[in-house]
Amino acid sequence: MDRQIVFSIKNVTMDFQISGKTFFSKKRTLRALNNVSFDLYKGESLAVVGESGCGKSTLCRIAMRFYTPSRGEMTYNGENVHKFKGNPLRNYRQKVQMIFQDPFSSLNPLHSIYYHLKRPLQLYHGYKGIELKAKMNEALEMVGLVPPEEQGIKNPHQLSGGQKQRAFLARILAIGADVIFADEPTSMLDVSIRLGVLNLMNKLKREMGKSFLYITHDIATARYFSDRIIVLYSGHMVEWGDVDKVVKHPVHPYTKLLISAAPDPERETLAKLEVRDDVEKEVTMWTPESRGCPFRNRCPVAESRCADDFPEAVEVKPDQFVRCIHAKEWKTENSAASEKPERNQPVG
Amino acid sequence: MTLKKLDNHPLFKFLRDNPKATVGFILIFTIMLLTLGAPMFTRFEAGFRSDQYRVAPNSVFILGTTQLGRDVWAQTLYGGRTSLLVGILAGVIAVTLSTVIGITAGYFGGIVDGIITMVINIAMVIPQIPLLLIIAALMGGVSPMLIGVLIGFTSWAWGARVLRSQTMSIRNREFIYSAETLGETKLRRLFAEVMPNMLSMMSSAFVGTIIYAIMAQATLEYIGFGDPLSVTWGTMLYNAQNTAALQTGAWWELLGPCLGLIVLGSGLTLINFSIDELSNPKLKAQRIMAGYYKAKKAEITYTKAGETE
Ligand SMILES: Nc1ncnc2c1ncn2[C@@H]1O[C@H](COP(=O)(O)OP(=O)(O)OP(=O)(O)O)[C@@H](O)[C@H]1O
Ligand code: SF4
Ligand SMILES: [Mg+2]
Repeated sequence: MDRQIVFSIKNVTMDFQISGKTFFSKKRTLRALNNVSFDLYKGESLAVVGESGCGKSTLCRIAMRFYTPSRGEMTYNGENVHKFKGNPLRNYRQKVQMIFQDPFSSLNPLHSIYYHLKRPLQLYHGYKGIELKAKMNEALEMVGLVPPEEQGIKNPHQLSGGQKQRAFLARILAIGADVIFADEPTSMLDVSIRLGVLNLMNKLKREMGKSFLYITHDIATARYFSDRIIVLYSGHMVEWGDVDKVVKHPVHPYTKLLISAAPDPERETLAKLEVRDDVEKEVTMWTPESRGCPFRNRCPVAESRCADDFPEAVEVKPDQFVRCIHAKEWKTENSAASEKPERNQPVG
Repeated sequence: MTLKKLDNHPLFKFLRDNPKATVGFILIFTIMLLTLGAPMFTRFEAGFRSDQYRVAPNSVFILGTTQLGRDVWAQTLYGGRTSLLVGILAGVIAVTLSTVIGITAGYFGGIVDGIITMVINIAMVIPQIPLLLIIAALMGGVSPMLIGVLIGFTSWAWGARVLRSQTMSIRNREFIYSAETLGETKLRRLFAEVMPNMLSMMSSAFVGTIIYAIMAQATLEYIGFGDPLSVTWGTMLYNAQNTAALQTGAWWELLGPCLGLIVLGSGLTLINFSIDELSNPKLKAQRIMAGYYKAKKAEITYTKAGETE
């Protein structure tokens, strides 16, 4: 399979002015994303994981043009997303869509499901009458909302959370999107319904070649659904690469913390992870003036030099990148270790 | 057969589910029928003068006559027309103003919002009734329609404020963003996505303003700022007061306009309650659950009584 880049994010930094808008208060800026770069390939799913407030939704919102990045750019098929106007913008709106975290508020409570599907079909495909009806039913069937005639006339409050999310996916299908930013699409759903929605997204990816940016804080579903993963901490990419490598053999201390928090029977080595309890558990607010590694006041293996600079990325294994001062040692240790018959997992 | 069909009609279902609305609609419908169809219910014109002065209700003059020999029943019916019209006029003006102003402020935000909010706040602290009194006093006897216009232009601020905050909360809901990613224009997002969520609030503001306007008009006229020659419930009360109707025991002169005001006011208030219930299903659920618990309690006591036997 040739890997065609459809969406690419280059050095995106996003600053929010959180106070200082009026004359009296001091100006304070929050850096929600810091130098984030990655490519999204056609037909793949790229997971973005990280704790609450690390900037995951901000990433989607920039891609949807709700915000303009302070620095860097996002490109769709090689063209800057924030420069689109007129027809290219229309095309972009059609091809790149977002699934919202909360299915209870992403559908207008006063419009029927049919209405939600009708608009995109009229707007982008010009369907009318019987044809329109057929296309709406087709989309509903594709997401498993059957019988479509019965489900289509319902209003959102008559559907369950999972059904709502399916209805929203039907809308995205009706629009004809190729790139889908899924912002924690299952986090508000019951565990039992999650898998259904994930399987549906998997089907769209496999059979229709749609690309997903799958945002989640659930490592298990990230591994299930995605090919690659990015671990975000306080707006910084700290580790990224092949999802199996990162989840099975995490290198960055934060990734280890994240994964040790998620129960997984397959994991052998990370059971006993030292957690520092002498420091504040709060994530410090990142500002444009902040320096060093963002994780350092929670990191169990931090050193004084961690305060100087955010370490450069090291490819510790093919397709696994880490930004930590220990990454280099880990790499040499590991390549030495891999010559021995038994592989032992380094700690820290 | 046809009766059964009628029974299943959505309108009847709605009315059965919403007893408050049903009573409200019946009251309003009665008033509308009586006032708009006034010639059907009385033989006399509004300005008719008989030679019988201040007689008690009898078969000819259902509600008696006034000191000047006017038929109270006829005046009540024709006067109600004016009151209704004034109320609706004021409601339309106030709701149009508050919708445009409130939604503009809430939807566009920023400096537009800042300026409009300041204007709203200023308009809100101006006391309305004294303002109306001053304007009415300056202009001499004010015609009913002019009172309606005055009330409309002085009572939009509260509605504008409510609609502004409602718009702001809806604007940040995800379905509005979703409409944006779909490529809907800003205006269409406003009219097709935001506005429908506002309808219940707008109609409740509309009904509220009508109630307020009718009462305010009656008050203004009663204390003598209206046009004494016009026939409205307010001027009827004013004339009755001037001719010492109560002191001389002519209670019937007050009965017509008072009953009209009470029925119209409570009908509109009931409708407003049910609008609230519609837009806030929780209220309705509370009412239904209360009924359920009552029924259940009755059942329990019933079975208990059965057990002891
Ligand atoms: N419009 C805004 N103005 C100011 N600050 C913002 C704005 N949007 C987001 N932020 C801040 O940016 C940071 C990242 O927010 P974001 O919503 O992207 O987090 P998230 O990773 O999606 O979290 P969650 O998992 O809770 O959804 C947060 O600290 C948030 O307070
Ligand atoms: S760079 Fe330093 S503080 Fe950051 S994760 Fe690595 S060891 Fe910890
Ligand atoms: Mg989020």
